[in-house]
Amino acid sequence: MGTSFGRGGATTFQQDLQNSDCIVIEGSNMAECHPVGFQWVMEAKARGATVIHVDPRYTRTSALADVHVPLRAGTDIAFLGGIINYVFEHEKYFREYLVSYTNATTIINDRYLDTEDLDGVFSGLDRENRTYDFHTWQYEGMEVQAASGQRDEQYQDRAGGGGTVRHAARGESHGSGGAAISGDPEHDPEMLHTRCVFQVVKRHFARYTPAVVEEICGVPQDLFLKVCEAVTSNSGRDRTTAFVYAVGWTQHTVGVQYIRTAAILQLLLGNIGRPGGGIMALRGHASIQGSTDIPTLFNLLPGYIPMPHAHEHESLDAFIEADAPDKGYWGNMRAYTVSLLKAWWGASATDENDFCFDYLPRLTGSHSTYETVLAQMDGSCKGYFIVGENPAVGSANARMQRLGMAKLDWLVVRDFSLIESATWWKDGPEIESGELRTEDIPTEVFFFPAAAHTEKNGSFTNTQRMLQWHFMAHEPEGAARSDLWFYYHLGRIIRQKLAGSADPMDRPVLDLTWDYPTEGSIEEPSAEAVLAEINGWDPEGRPLASYQQLKDDGSTSCGCWIYCGVYADGVNQAARRKPWHEQNWVANEWGWAWPANRRILYNRASADPDGKPWSERKALVWWDEEKAEWAGHDIADFSSTKPPGYRPPEGATAEDAISGTDPFVMQPDGKGWLFVPSGLTDGPLPTHYEPQDSPFRNPLYRQQRNPVRQVFKRKENRYHPDPESPGSDVFPYVVTTYRLTEHHTAGGMTRWLPYLSELQPEFFCEVSPELAAERGLEHMGWATVVTARNVIEARVMVTERMTPLTVQGRTVHQIGLPYHWGPNGYSTGDAANELVGLSLDPNVHIQEAKAFTADIRPGRRPRGPGRGALVEEYQRRAGIGEETGMAI
Amino acid sequence: MALDRWPVLRQLRGEDRLGRGAAVKSERSEGLTPRTSSADEVVKSICPYCAVGCAQNVYVKDGRVVHIEGDPDSPVSRGRLCPKGSASLQLTTGEARLHKVLYRRPHGTDWEELELDRAMDMVADRVLKTRSETFEWEDGEGARLRRTLGIASLGGATLDNEENYLMKKLYTALGAIQIENQARI
Amino acid sequence: MTLTELLRTAGGDPATNAGYRDHPPRMGFFTDTSVCIGCKACEVACKEWNHVPEDGLELTGMSYDNTQGLGADTWRHVAFIEQRKQLGSQEPGVFHDGRNGSTAGGSSQLRWLMASDVCKHCTEAACLDVCPTGSLFRTEFGTVVVQEDICNGCGYCIPACPYGVIDQRKGDGRAWKCTLCYDRLSVGMEPACAQACPTDSIQFGVLDELRQRAAARVGQLRDAGVADARLYGHDPDDGVGGDGAFFLLLDEPEVYGLPPDPVVTTRDLPAMWRHAAIAAASLAAGVAATFLGRRP
Repeated sequence: MGTSFGRGGATTFQQDLQNSDCIVIEGSNMAECHPVGFQWVMEAKARGATVIHVDPRYTRTSALADVHVPLRAGTDIAFLGGIINYVFEHEKYFREYLVSYTNATTIINDRYLDTEDLDGVFSGLDRENRTYDFHTWQYEGMEVQAASGQRDEQYQDRAGGGGTVRHAARGESHGSGGAAISGDPEHDPEMLHTRCVFQVVKRHFARYTPAVVEEICGVPQDLFLKVCEAVTSNSGRDRTTAFVYAVGWTQHTVGVQYIRTAAILQLLLGNIGRPGGGIMALRGHASIQGSTDIPTLFNLLPGYIPMPHAHEHESLDAFIEADAPDKGYWGNMRAYTVSLLKAWWGASATDENDFCFDYLPRLTGSHSTYETVLAQMDGSCKGYFIVGENPAVGSANARMQRLGMAKLDWLVVRDFSLIESATWWKDGPEIESGELRTEDIPTEVFFFPAAAHTEKNGSFTNTQRMLQWHFMAHEPEGAARSDLWFYYHLGRIIRQKLAGSADPMDRPVLDLTWDYPTEGSIEEPSAEAVLAEINGWDPEGRPLASYQQLKDDGSTSCGCWIYCGVYADGVNQAARRKPWHEQNWVANEWGWAWPANRRILYNRASADPDGKPWSERKALVWWDEEKAEWAGHDIADFSSTKPPGYRPPEGATAEDAISGTDPFVMQPDGKGWLFVPSGLTDGPLPTHYEPQDSPFRNPLYRQQRNPVRQVFKRKENRYHPDPESPGSDVFPYVVTTYRLTEHHTAGGMTRWLPYLSELQPEFFCEVSPELAAERGLEHMGWATVVTARNVIEARVMVTERMTPLTVQGRTVHQIGLPYHWGPNGYSTGDAANELVGLSLDPNVHIQEAKAFTADIRPGRRPRGPGRGALVEEYQRRAGIGEETGMAI
Repeated sequence: MALDRWPVLRQLRGEDRLGRGAAVKSERSEGLTPRTSSADEVVKSICPYCAVGCAQNVYVKDGRVVHIEGDPDSPVSRGRLCPKGSASLQLTTGEARLHKVLYRRPHGTDWEELELDRAMDMVADRVLKTRSETFEWEDGEGARLRRTLGIASLGGATLDNEENYLMKKLYTALGAIQIENQARI
Repeated sequence: MTLTELLRTAGGDPATNAGYRDHPPRMGFFTDTSVCIGCKACEVACKEWNHVPEDGLELTGMSYDNTQGLGADTWRHVAFIEQRKQLGSQEPGVFHDGRNGSTAGGSSQLRWLMASDVCKHCTEAACLDVCPTGSLFRTEFGTVVVQEDICNGCGYCIPACPYGVIDQRKGDGRAWKCTLCYDRLSVGMEPACAQACPTDSIQFGVLDELRQRAAARVGQLRDAGVADARLYGHDPDDGVGGDGAFFLLLDEPEVYGLPPDPVVTTRDLPAMWRHAAIAAASLAAGVAATFLGRRP
């Protein structure tokens, strides 16, 4: 979403779904995975909205929807692309919105070639290095300047590439800010120019006809057209449609492009920035949004400032020059960065020493969790902290995760109980199979008990970018401690040990601002003091109220510029709890949302170019002529006093370069991007590619898969044969993984609880009666599920909720695998992630866990060495080798 | 017990002649109050499971959490919780939680207990040792790196913002860059 | 005159009949199963609040229902029913062609019903009628509650319940069931299940108001083409005098495991009447013994 709109967060908030006239839930099983949020879907339904659930399985969400559309896992781009084509064909787009608020009128340069021209790839593909040179995707008449994170590509130009590991995650680097361009592109307001974005996009999707949708997705045309009709008839001036997604869209080798397809559709229909519209990203952990905003991610610094790369970012100036555009809010990137460096290195950070910019470690490509596992297996990564995660169950190719850990010097696990990631050396699957012997494993393992949310102060950022504070009810017992305690005291001890060191390696640690006040008998650091540092201070040491106060001269400090304002007036704004019934439906006085407490992003688009609501029914913010400011139910996501008639003067920079009619204020041109000229690694437009492991050929092009997806040639991570090649019939079924209401992720917070375990006591797989008959599976009997990576067993749930689909003229069966289980805890079972291979989206390095292939057969899996032998037998039978599935 | 609390007498004297209601109400029933009312404190909290962000009221009595339920004031959740959120009391106070540091020495076959301070000191030593052994100042082409690829971290999506902040800050100062969380998992 | 007739002639309001003057209005549950998402929050919230023990891990294969039914250790139970039937104008999208010899052939209909069951808190409660100790009693809210300090585990109430709700706890012997969170009601809080329910499928309130709301909801659903929508347990003239906890169902009650025409087991049954009379007679002695025996 960052590349389309400018920020990587959900564009709307859950309560706003009640205002929708149509809600499409796709790539999400909202009723099961976000039950309390689903109340807002039910509110909309009670008001007459149409609810559509597009999902391979008929779930508890489908049961409450008006329409359930089963589709083959991994084909959503074709489905959504089909709706886009329908919108063009039937001229259902919101023309005025499109012309004013999107880049539909912008002309693309004449070197651009589409997948339609090149049989499935875009211009600029470097086949040898599996990368794209994005220069041919640019606007006409202007130079695309390197955007946040994408300096990598120029690095590649210079350094001669180095394969997939050179990629940094660019998708996220637009978490709060679009790509950078400069100059003024050419436009055709009539949208007739053959190279204007409108025409390019229209041509690109022209082949996604209802027949093609049926052929790829297995969705009958009449059902597909029913969805098209519902979505388009509920969009426009007076009506809005919302899309809701979750990891059903992100966990693919083209995951970012799934979301891009929805973004294009919502822009065409004029549904972004408006009440009841938008794209609602449903995230699965209490603060997963927060952990990208204040990132525990390799490629980012707080507030989506990119981590610097070796070579290109030698100095602060070079870094800013390279990564900051001159228009849009990213034009102030130097102020954000300098304020961060001041927050971290305080008085040591001076103008003379580039504010300690040199203290930041440098990236050389991707250092994501999956590359880290490979580095562990190869012995270069020796120490590992696992903090509230359970990769031995929850990460793709779980066996590789454990094999990597078995090579470490030391491992620290912080959790509530002895999760599988803490005990694999003792009782993991490889110990049982004999592949590893406990006595041979050199890894030192530390288990630290963690404090619960009731035992610490702090803030979570929920799925709608809202920070909410939780208070400590009492101190944790025994040796249980918060992660705040652990990292504060670890840092304190390390600084003590290094005190007096003259080694320049230690300077960043010793100069770090690390003097947080502590409280209580356990010396818990003050979370509120940390929040105050994140918020930042002005030159007089007073809390800042807004990121607009940040300076690039070192006079202000701020630990995360997008959170600036959360401690305005010295008040913890995240702790605000004004009851919903004492304020309007937007409820801005509960918690605090970034940016600047706005709840619907880009809401300038809820008004027409003149600043008047598109309709009374869909009014949100509007220009108040009398007061000369933006007024409304929500806080305007716009300069509050910039009138609709404002036009940037010649040479304007940063926010001054955004006109009074441009709602996408983070984008350098202020527009929503149908076509993305820079910022994505795998193409300016989404196009259907088959998953890494798929039983079907891509009927659209000769190009089968995303050519720049990340794949790994490892014997522990083999892929399945190409469809229609010898051995491809060995893994004939499509598999998708998912959660159940009763459990959470890898189970660390649920499988140990009796009250939840009794509700879903055991791992099971879901199959249709037809598949059960085909493979001799019995309801509640055992099934063995095999891929080229591993083999697992599950109890069988035969249900008509699983439906066979007809794809390319033949029947395809899908297998459903909830992924919560592992061998430890009260409720146990095999981990579905044993089966998943590492094949990643090239933008954000997310694995393809939502669509792959497998075989299924009745009975339990082998024990001991027989487990590995069965996988090897399958590999042999399918003729799998190191080149299988590796073709570009 | 006062004679007038004797059910038979209450039944005979009162209007509950069949002995079905008021007359048979036991002393326990008479004095029944919810433990939410007798709590010393109601602490405002947020559910730790998914990202809906349901608000919770945490009831504390004598320094212990005695109940957790939805906070009806929340504009997101309006007091409601799913089964996981409803099980928050079992999550936080249940028997499955450990409260001791455990240590497995190299090639060891079982856990050993460790004091927290000692464990912290040992981890600090290992961080510094691995960092020294793996620190890179430059790459092969002379570009500055100032980092270690020897230390990695996974986790953050279930943690507080303040915790993620201290993690990122400390790791970055140490030169560790392989810092990741569930956003990719 | 039977006991129930006696009660009916006495005025109909169960709390009044049970000797409460100036009592609050009768409170109850309306469970609208048409908006249930089967999340089982009610089951967990109930167990957490009432400290009801976990009662075993068993994957049943009965769709997503691994709880199986109400009992001493399950006071809310969510039933899951997968059916080849149409739900109003819903389009389920599935198609089973019955290939490979499966029995699923030729069906494109599917609906997944979910319903949270609970003690009905009958107007004419047989469990209460037969309780010899006065453990089961009618509260001022009109609900039926087991008093755990009184129950001696005789078990008479168990066969008496026309719904099979009340049950004895293993290893404890006493009878347990939903109290409609009697303790919470005393301070104006709603029961834990209703408070947790994400979609307001479980609604708590004044019974008369709930009945009006339910009637309107059935009308709304029928207008929307859900011809199967019906109320269950709402009628004061039914075999138990109407339930304090009633339901909006989308199929016959049997489909949900509910008796189609429950009758208070103590009605028109001379044997039971005698039994009740004996019970009534033994009440004084029994309760007296209990009370005197527990003198602090």
